[in-house]
Amino acid sequence: MAKQSSVTSISIGVGLATGLYGISFGALSVAAGLDIWQTQVLSLLMFSGGSQFAFVGVIAAAGGAGVGTAGVGAAIISAWLLGIRNGFYAVRLAPILNRVGLGKLIPAMLTIDESTAVSTSQAEHKNQVRGFWLTGAAVFVFWNLMTLAGAILGDALGDPSKWGLDAAAAAAFLGLLWPRLRERQAVAVAAAALIIATAATPFLSAGVPVLLAGVAAVVVGLLNLFANPSADEAGAKR
Amino acid sequence: MSLWLGILLASAAVYSWKILGFMVPSSVLKHPTISRIANLLTVALLSALLGVQGLTGGGEIHFDARIPALGIAAILLYLRAPFVVMVAASAIAAALIRFFFGG
Repeated sequence: MAKQSSVTSISIGVGLATGLYGISFGALSVAAGLDIWQTQVLSLLMFSGGSQFAFVGVIAAAGGAGVGTAGVGAAIISAWLLGIRNGFYAVRLAPILNRVGLGKLIPAMLTIDESTAVSTSQAEHKNQVRGFWLTGAAVFVFWNLMTLAGAILGDALGDPSKWGLDAAAAAAFLGLLWPRLRERQAVAVAAAALIIATAATPFLSAGVPVLLAGVAAVVVGLLNLFANPSADEAGAKR
Repeated sequence: MSLWLGILLASAAVYSWKILGFMVPSSVLKHPTISRIANLLTVALLSALLGVQGLTGGGEIHFDARIPALGIAAILLYLRAPFVVMVAASAIAAALIRFFFGG
């Protein structure tokens, strides 16, 4: 019984903490040129923070509300590629949740960093299942409510750069990146990607420099460059 | 392509990974090279977006108040401040720098 309530409180705590930064997403999305409805639909349907920040970031770079087809296309691809990690989470969750057929549709929607982290950190199977559903549901509810609050706030603020919202968008990406910089290989890829995307910006249409930087990740990953000796084992265990 | 259509397509694209992971045999995605590339791709895209959002503007390389604001964000991340506090602090820092020094 004590164990169960601890899963419940962890789930709600994670949901609240994650939901809070939905405020930043809502405000930044409106600053990027999306309207409140578009911002809300992204949180309801895409429901993956990294991909949502990437989508609105590329839209902002490509001209905001008046974005052209090329910019929208680059935004779609950026969001899609950033969502790839969710596929790996799903692989780990599938045997835990053990759903068949159409029963996979809703758990797939709730498969995100937080629900996976809480579920896989539980020892007992019952708590793993409970942790997934509770965290997924809590994050979904709070993330969407706070997105709406942030979008309304962003809309009321007006000029994004006057309020430093452009800096906040950059800080959001730094915050998403930070916990992933533990290994030398990741740091090398991050440095290369930052330089490539920044240096390529004057020469390529918006969004393309980000995708070009993704090529650096594929090359380093394929050849396993800059790896620590133990990095491979750790990677395989995850 | 309209922004609305883009939002729907991108949402479907992100969902495709999630549902794919529930359907494919786990051996496919457990290959170390594939999982390594996926992890690094996430790092590369986030870092590239950081560069574009923090160091460029209007299609040019452009350094301004965002850089000291990012320095403050980095210090707060190092001190393990909550995400939303770090984001808000960087916005306030950039806004104050612009208010007092312009640019």
